[in-house]
Amino acid sequence: MTDAPPIITATNVIKQFGRFAALRGVSTEFGAGKFYAILGDNGAGKTTLLRIIAGLARPTGGCVSVLGMSPRDACREIGYMAHASLLYDEMSGMENLRYFARLYGIDDDKHGDQAIRMVALDPTLSRPVGQYSQGMRQRMSLARAILHDPKILLLDEPFSNVDAQSAREMVTLLTRMRDAGKTILLVTHQASLLEGAANKFVRMGAGQVVECTNSLSAAGTL
Amino acid sequence: MKRLFPILAVLTALMLGYAVYQALVVAPTERTMGDVQRIFYYHVPSAWTAFLLFFVNLVASVAYLVKRNPKVDALAMVSAEVGVVFCTVVLVTGPIWARPVWGIWWTWDVRLTSTLVLWLIYVSYLLLRRFSDSAQAPALAAALAIFGALDIPLVYFSIWFFRTQHPQPVIGGGGSIDPRMWRVLLINWMAFLCFALLMCWSRYRLETMRREVEEAQALESLLGDDRGPSAEIRNPKVALNRSGQ
Amino acid sequence: MHKQSFGGGDAMSLLSSTTRGTITRATLTKDIRLEWRSKDALNSMLFFSLLVVVIFSLSFDPLAEESRRIAGGLVWVAFLFAAVVALNQTWARELRNQVLDAYRVSPAPPNALFMAKALGNFFIVSLLEALMTPLFIIFYNLRALGPAWQLIPIGLLGTWALVVNGTFFAAISLRTRSRELMLPLLLFPISIPAVLGMVAGTTAILTGENSAHFWIVLLLTYDVVFTTACLALFEKVLEAE
Repeated sequence: MTDAPPIITATNVIKQFGRFAALRGVSTEFGAGKFYAILGDNGAGKTTLLRIIAGLARPTGGCVSVLGMSPRDACREIGYMAHASLLYDEMSGMENLRYFARLYGIDDDKHGDQAIRMVALDPTLSRPVGQYSQGMRQRMSLARAILHDPKILLLDEPFSNVDAQSAREMVTLLTRMRDAGKTILLVTHQASLLEGAANKFVRMGAGQVVECTNSLSAAGTL
Repeated sequence: MKRLFPILAVLTALMLGYAVYQALVVAPTERTMGDVQRIFYYHVPSAWTAFLLFFVNLVASVAYLVKRNPKVDALAMVSAEVGVVFCTVVLVTGPIWARPVWGIWWTWDVRLTSTLVLWLIYVSYLLLRRFSDSAQAPALAAALAIFGALDIPLVYFSIWFFRTQHPQPVIGGGGSIDPRMWRVLLINWMAFLCFALLMCWSRYRLETMRREVEEAQALESLLGDDRGPSAEIRNPKVALNRSGQ
Repeated sequence: MHKQSFGGGDAMSLLSSTTRGTITRATLTKDIRLEWRSKDALNSMLFFSLLVVVIFSLSFDPLAEESRRIAGGLVWVAFLFAAVVALNQTWARELRNQVLDAYRVSPAPPNALFMAKALGNFFIVSLLEALMTPLFIIFYNLRALGPAWQLIPIGLLGTWALVVNGTFFAAISLRTRSRELMLPLLLFPISIPAVLGMVAGTTAILTGENSAHFWIVLLLTYDVVFTTACLALFEKVLEAE
């Protein structure tokens, strides 16, 4: 399925929430150093798959391995970003990152500073995150995800509530990170934004991977 | 296994009938309390059965947290439900017995109060199961069951000491029981255990069936909502238009 | 199944007990800072506690001798109500923007988060009690006939007993429908021995008729048992999804 060595492997993953199933037997691989766009309608199971890979949800059946480990054990190599900011609105960007760095055992401000510069924001900004524009907040959220320099980046609908300009900037940032060797999995329903940026387009439908193609136009011809 | 169920049902019915006969006719009448003492043959076996079921619940809860086996979780749930039923019988028959004998409906006695607290804990356990998603309920409920088990000795000691500081009417107390009464008591307990087993079994079967149906419904909901490949896949223009907004 | 071959495998072992302490302290500092910036929750809780004291004092207006007998019960029931309101706020901040997920994807141990939240709640509930106690003393004209200093260990141990389980059950009720209602339903039955300990201990000291030693030991046992249980099981609750 992929030419690069697989870094994430899902084997027959099933997830059920009571009367609703989100995934029914997903088996797929994600190669190292690639940018994957995971597409599909609402309820296709994209977010659930991403949360299982992030170690946030436990599959009802099957298993996921990240770098040969369980997702929880691999957490140092995973950066996770969602459409919610995962930041404290009342604190400034740097204050936020300083706290999250502690959770990874990082004691200095260097990492935070670096991460904020990487997303083209100003680390000295003292405004609380709650007063940022949507686009800035999403970028700060990305800075939080890459704070500990993970090998893998998981992004869940990072473009929702963001204007087109900010979304394009974000895509540029992400391609740069992919070029620096990171593996990126991005869940979205706005596929066109990633035309030319992502290496692979993974289509999900009804809790399964439907197809995996190299370009968006090829994905259309079913 | 399925054949065994009607056999157990018939056996339970016979045992219960025999136990009623033993308790109401065969057992000797107690000297001071009179016929009302016969409630003892229902009160005590219910209590023992309830405690046993709560113990099963505890073991199953711990096992679930270790093994994450949904069948063990179903067992935990079922034992708690049936346990609450028997515990309710204890709490209802207690005052009925106490009123004519001690002249009071209720007293904050060690055993009475501990049983009441146990009942409260397990009712909250069932409420928790009812109010949480079925994906999360097992682990949360198992944690609560362990908390409840840790709580009971503390409840017992605190009330025991409270009673020594605040003397109340002395009730119950050891006293020897007529061996004939013992025999009837044990027969009744056996009948109650069969009855509890029967209830647990049918409830367990119902619960596993419910879960199977839920699983099937879950799959159906997934397939029904999307009807195969999504609109985006069939027509990429849909996706393009949407993202252009 | 999963081989621990890559660098991330030692993530857990890297986090020794000292890092655990650091994370607890960092989380606690962050919570206090955020609380200080908004002050909304704290202000409304302080006002709620004041209302509880006034209503309780109005409803029961006993003579001095009677008040010594019932004050223990009244005071702790009032504290219990105030504590539940405070405890329900515990996880509210972590739910906004789903920040809890950011903690859960990090290698930080769930225990450290629990400890920070429990300590934070202990701080807030103690503050509420410190405000309510003098009011109760004034309204009821209370004066202890027994050794009054023993009220301090009872207060501290009793508050921790409410708060440690309260923090745990707040995390459980977070994952249920009708969140706020669920907390007291779960917390009160389990807290019965602790509440009995606080009430009986306080009454023993106020009336001076009995020794409160047994109750202090009981509360201490309760605290040790349930702090251990919370730390052991919190991960299961946090990861329940």
